[in-house]
Amino acid sequence: MDIFIQQTINALSLGGIYALLALGLAVVFSIVRLINFAHGEVMTVTGYGMWFVLLLNLPVFVSIAVGIVSAIVIAMMMERVAFRQMRGADVTTLLITSFAVSQIIQVLFQNGISARPVAVILPDWLTASIMIGPVRVGMASVLSILVVCVALVGLRAILTRSVTGIAMRAASEDFAVVQLMGISANRVIATAFAVSGAMAGIAAVLWVAPRGSVDPLMGAVPVLKAFIATVVGGLGSLGGAVVGGFVLGAVEVYLQAFLPEAALPYRDAISLSIIVAILVLKPDGLLPERTSRRS
Amino acid sequence: MLEVASLMVRYGAIEAVRGLDLDVAAGEIHAILGANGAGKSSTLVGISGLVPSQGKIEFEGTDISGLPPETIARMGIGLIPEGRRIFASLTVAENLLLGGAEHASPVERKKRADEMRERFPILQERSTQKAGLLSGGEQQMLAIARALMARPRLLLMDEPSLGLAPQMVETVFDLIVELKSEGLTILLVEQNVPMSLDIADHALVLAQGRASYRGTAAEVATSDVVQGAYLGH
Repeated sequence: MDIFIQQTINALSLGGIYALLALGLAVVFSIVRLINFAHGEVMTVTGYGMWFVLLLNLPVFVSIAVGIVSAIVIAMMMERVAFRQMRGADVTTLLITSFAVSQIIQVLFQNGISARPVAVILPDWLTASIMIGPVRVGMASVLSILVVCVALVGLRAILTRSVTGIAMRAASEDFAVVQLMGISANRVIATAFAVSGAMAGIAAVLWVAPRGSVDPLMGAVPVLKAFIATVVGGLGSLGGAVVGGFVLGAVEVYLQAFLPEAALPYRDAISLSIIVAILVLKPDGLLPERTSRRS
Repeated sequence: MLEVASLMVRYGAIEAVRGLDLDVAAGEIHAILGANGAGKSSTLVGISGLVPSQGKIEFEGTDISGLPPETIARMGIGLIPEGRRIFASLTVAENLLLGGAEHASPVERKKRADEMRERFPILQERSTQKAGLLSGGEQQMLAIARALMARPRLLLMDEPSLGLAPQMVETVFDLIVELKSEGLTILLVEQNVPMSLDIADHALVLAQGRASYRGTAAEVATSDVVQGAYLGH
């Protein structure tokens, strides 16, 4: 039972990180129909931002703040420099643009810093484990669940209470009419990228904390998982991205914990088979985007 | 108020509007009539900046050709698009809010939204419901109220009576007359030719993207082209 509780906390913590990343992809996709594969590099930039601040011997909270702010800045820069010029292009063109952005940033870090990991050592209390009743859990896992909850509540508040947030929801339904209301397309899209960057930045901090290092390719695996989560949840649906993230996290963690040792090498194959099975049963994802979109 | 010269609107290889001149005077209802595919809607979306167009469009003496749709909207031109296109997944209140988002301070926006709810009581009743749950007629009211939140000086209306029950069609036409009496200038695209000519000051008949007849509503109503094609005489 203790092990089960422990693993459930791990599942929630990993699923929460996937959910944040998936939300970042979904917010942008729902508005501009771009699957941003450079989303992983937003994480990488966060990681190196944290690393740089810690090199200067500044406190850890400064490092985290700088990491998240650099995520927002890089996401908005991607939009301004690369994706804005491609606005209205077809999905394939946008996808290829995002691969290009991703590659450029990876190579910049490989050549500018190092292709090998650099250490991001966070204080012990962040990586320690604590006892909750009889159960030993990682501080990072517990914190990450709390942070994910705060981030989700915050995003919900932005989307339902601020004018730009409401405009973002409207834009995912009918962008042309949002412009007819006099609302700037650039502002709505830039805000979507900022929100997406903030989510990726928070996810990156939670990802880096227990691992203690960053490398130029660190974003590739989590963003791929996040992409799977958005597809499982229903591409373009924000609720779906969250659900998809938690489902994927749970599947991965429980398989790792409870598969017989002989089957462990097949963990990823089994978890992806479960994903395939979900998509066979629900081809539009668990919580598909409800509104029909105009061309 | 609105002067359009040699307007061209094309979608890829299709020329929907081919060299249209149009003058709309302040305070009038100007109807655009014509068969399906004659270029009526394309004229409106061209003026609003939603699709690129060529030619010259002047609004209150300012050249607005080529400006982005949000800029044109902020200058005081509202468009109620064909099919209403309310934001179905947003609440009625959120739809109204977005209508005034760029045109008024939060306090002023609330005041205008209250006015709209007073004018259209159904929007009061359904304020917190998803707009997609409204009936067709209610959605049309919401689309009009949403556009009015911006206090436009020129309102472009694309087929406001389309798909509505006869009684609701009456309500919509009464409302258009009411808006005119409040000083709003209206450019109206409609399939309901008799009712449109009844309330319009001037009318323009489009055929294949060009003006085939224009004049006062009375002249157009008695012209051969309208008598033959639309009124069945």
